[in-house]
Amino acid sequence: MYGWCGKIARIDLTSQTWEVEKPDISIYQNFIGGRGLAGYYLSPHIHRKWHAPEMPLLIFAGPLTGTTSPTPGRSTFMSRSPLTGTIGDSSVGGCFGTELKKTGFDGLIITGRSRRNIGLEITNTSVQFVPADAIHGMTTSQVQACCKDHGSVAAIGPAAENGVRFSNIIIDGHYAAGRNGLGLILAGKKLKYIAVTGTGKIRIFDPEKLKDERENIRRLMAASPAIFGRFGISAYGTGALYDLMDARNMMPTDNFQKTRFAHAWSMNAHAYEKQYKPGKTGCRGCHVQCKKITDSGRSIPEFETMSHFSALINNHDRETVMEANRICNEMGMDTISAASVLACRQEISGKRIPSQNIVGALLEIAHGKGEYANLGMGSARLARSCGRPDAAITVKQQDLSAYDPRGAMGMALAFAVSTRGACHLRAYPISHEILRKPVATDRFRFTGKARIIKINEDVNAVADSLTACKFTFFAASLEEYAAVFSAVTGHSLTGQDLLKTGERICYHERMMNAKNGFSRKDDDLPPRFFGEPETSQSAADLKPIDRKAFQKAVSDYYTVRGLDQDGMPVAEKIKELGLDGI
Amino acid sequence: MFREFEDKLLAAGLTERSSPVMGFLDASLEWNRDDPVIPILEEVIQGLSINSILFSKPAEPYRTIISYLARTSGGVICPEDCETRTFLHDLPVCRSMDSREIATILKNRKGVILPDVGLITYGMVSLEQAYVTFSSICFACFVKFFSDYLGALRNRHVDELLQKTFEQVANMPGPHPSFSGALMKGPLDSERMVLDAMDEAGRLTVENRLVDSYFGNISCRLGNTLYISQTGSSLDNLAGCIDPIPMDGSSCTGITASSELDAHLGIIRETGCNTILHGHPRFSVILSMDCDKAHCEQRGQCHIRCREERDVCRIPVVPGEVGTGVYGLCNTVPEAIKDHDGVIVYGHGLFTIGNEDFSKPFFNLFHIEKQCREEYFRRVADLLSRQSAGH
Repeated sequence: MYGWCGKIARIDLTSQTWEVEKPDISIYQNFIGGRGLAGYYLSPHIHRKWHAPEMPLLIFAGPLTGTTSPTPGRSTFMSRSPLTGTIGDSSVGGCFGTELKKTGFDGLIITGRSRRNIGLEITNTSVQFVPADAIHGMTTSQVQACCKDHGSVAAIGPAAENGVRFSNIIIDGHYAAGRNGLGLILAGKKLKYIAVTGTGKIRIFDPEKLKDERENIRRLMAASPAIFGRFGISAYGTGALYDLMDARNMMPTDNFQKTRFAHAWSMNAHAYEKQYKPGKTGCRGCHVQCKKITDSGRSIPEFETMSHFSALINNHDRETVMEANRICNEMGMDTISAASVLACRQEISGKRIPSQNIVGALLEIAHGKGEYANLGMGSARLARSCGRPDAAITVKQQDLSAYDPRGAMGMALAFAVSTRGACHLRAYPISHEILRKPVATDRFRFTGKARIIKINEDVNAVADSLTACKFTFFAASLEEYAAVFSAVTGHSLTGQDLLKTGERICYHERMMNAKNGFSRKDDDLPPRFFGEPETSQSAADLKPIDRKAFQKAVSDYYTVRGLDQDGMPVAEKIKELGLDGI
Repeated sequence: MFREFEDKLLAAGLTERSSPVMGFLDASLEWNRDDPVIPILEEVIQGLSINSILFSKPAEPYRTIISYLARTSGGVICPEDCETRTFLHDLPVCRSMDSREIATILKNRKGVILPDVGLITYGMVSLEQAYVTFSSICFACFVKFFSDYLGALRNRHVDELLQKTFEQVANMPGPHPSFSGALMKGPLDSERMVLDAMDEAGRLTVENRLVDSYFGNISCRLGNTLYISQTGSSLDNLAGCIDPIPMDGSSCTGITASSELDAHLGIIRETGCNTILHGHPRFSVILSMDCDKAHCEQRGQCHIRCREERDVCRIPVVPGEVGTGVYGLCNTVPEAIKDHDGVIVYGHGLFTIGNEDFSKPFFNLFHIEKQCREEYFRRVADLLSRQSAGH
């Protein structure tokens, strides 16, 4: 087998045993790897409660992971989300995926529940169950330090152990498997960390062709302003988007009550660059190096964190943003949801949390103690419990990331129909609505957006399954990645073939959510975006979203996606995509 | 939506008025008009995950050129200009109107050539992609045909069909446009003036068919701000598509600026100029690729590795790829443009600069292209006369 290892490890924490499974080639062909394969193995268990011992945590790399393909260092973590109840997944960078492939495994299926706190240490030939009572309660960097000779480490912090619904898994100290509260899955299994280290090599079908095709993609990336331009993410990290989102009246401010932030000019990526002088680093094997870390090891916040810990909560102290980011990583909490729940609380209470109290509030959330302890339930549950559901800016109970949907109709639709709750990455319409790639679309109109969102969801499902970084697709397309895939695996496919597989992966996720009762009623945005013009004086042209036009776009999306008008899968489409046997 | 692209195709001389058939697909499929080819295109669409399609017979001289290249290509046309190399890779040919065969080819590439019938291109985000690909194929084939002919003449490999086709198309582009008007006078000392001047210069560059709509970028410095066209913008429609960029780097709003932003900043740094115009005029590109050095070890890598000091009509020719990176043209153009009216990037296009306004960059681009065109035909005539004289 080329590209793939051909093996996955099934690990049972209850019995502390493991076995090797060799999936049939057709499973690889139908689901590729990463998010696709993880979904395939989640499917039989999706009806279970997230905390049921049988509910698996799935970790999968893809056929391109660990090769010399561009941006190959990612992997997918998946389970049922404790935050949303939908499928829960996260594509994450760092070294974990690469090390996993080097152990000879394409993926891990972890089930059961240990009686004691444990860690998993995985090498080429063994899976060890290591007692971890001594490190219970440790921060993620402390766990990382304890495992420093064990390769790449995925760890949870105190937030997951204390039941925070938006707890993350932190990879290699800096990379978050974020959003859906997957940290809680590990905590429920009493699994503090997973360390992987391998020495194997991934077999490549045609190394020379891979080299040529890689150059084609790298050439496109060099031509992309958003990636390698002077102000692109290679130079400034994802924070490069900060100024643009404010300039386009799309910066969520004061819990999405405004869309411009008066202090944006002093809180942008340039200001961090000047103050902290970070160096470049990134995921294993990636030449973009969009991660920015200072000499003392402090991460410069990603765009979402930079935006939500400033504009969303009305904080204009950079050091507070830096510390909030660090504390969230140390505690293992999602930065978007952490900032959102603070913003939600501010709106409900009518009181701004002073900048100097933000870090303390985050620590109280993580430890489940003090005035802010109940914020660990997340903003949707908090707002409901306070009788103010309107103050939670969520879709399927997941907080919106840092793009106001009133400024981009494609983004509005994408947030609503995403299979893991509000998510900018499923279709990433910012690419064409704001960054003009591959071409610009009219951000204030729904025209054409239903099909664009569907196609881009499929593209990104492929990216998450190969695996490749979605940012690469600012420049390259599946046309180029199909050639890379063929060179690596020897399976000759076109970009459109891969797209069909992406469609299968997305539809399969809709099927899993449907089994848990998700339907049209859940594919919606908070009422705020339909009824209220935002109130920044400088953004007079940003109107509420036309509800009728939005609902038509959702209906069109269902038509294009092959769902019924309630958003439910239909037998004919299930059969067409070969999902009827699953 | 359809009308916009019909007009653009016509204005650029890429198609004739009644030729383009365009489809746009969201929840349902719409066409710009009825046409017998639509059932075939609908079958093609069914085999692909796309949202727009464009079919048209190209206008002359593209029609004759593309038919010739398709007939002699052996299935795939491989132009060596920068646009094709970077974005299209190669141009596949389909010899039948069978929808399955067409769809199979389009699963791998953004467009397909149907010899003597037309081109089919598509978009996955908008019809604009289909338009840009259509325009790029026409440009790439034009450049390839005239480059190949000159190369074949130099190597004495011109067969009867090539010669006949050349004679057919040589006069088709028509005379070089004459332009006797004037551009906005500088100094451009307000934002409004800068935007108006950029809008005018971009529009005139396209209207005079010096470049196609999407093939270029433009910038103007005002104080400590650089105004530059956005990535993927049309030179003839710049309203709302110009980014103001603080030159001290204090804001990243320039993340949507042209991919040649670094080259523009480098040129300003090296020359102190205030206005820059960049486009892909055909004969400047063709001559940049005409090299008589036999047995060069860099052959095939000229666009990134050529170290010869070359010029065309006294305008330096430098290697360089789009954007940044080790081989980016931002590393070669700024140094080369000092003390010259412009610089041609191998297989790519021409940069021209000015100080007060866009008159100098525009007229230099205009005249350099005119000189390159005359020089091309002078070289052809020279080679033909040498050969007929038995040299």
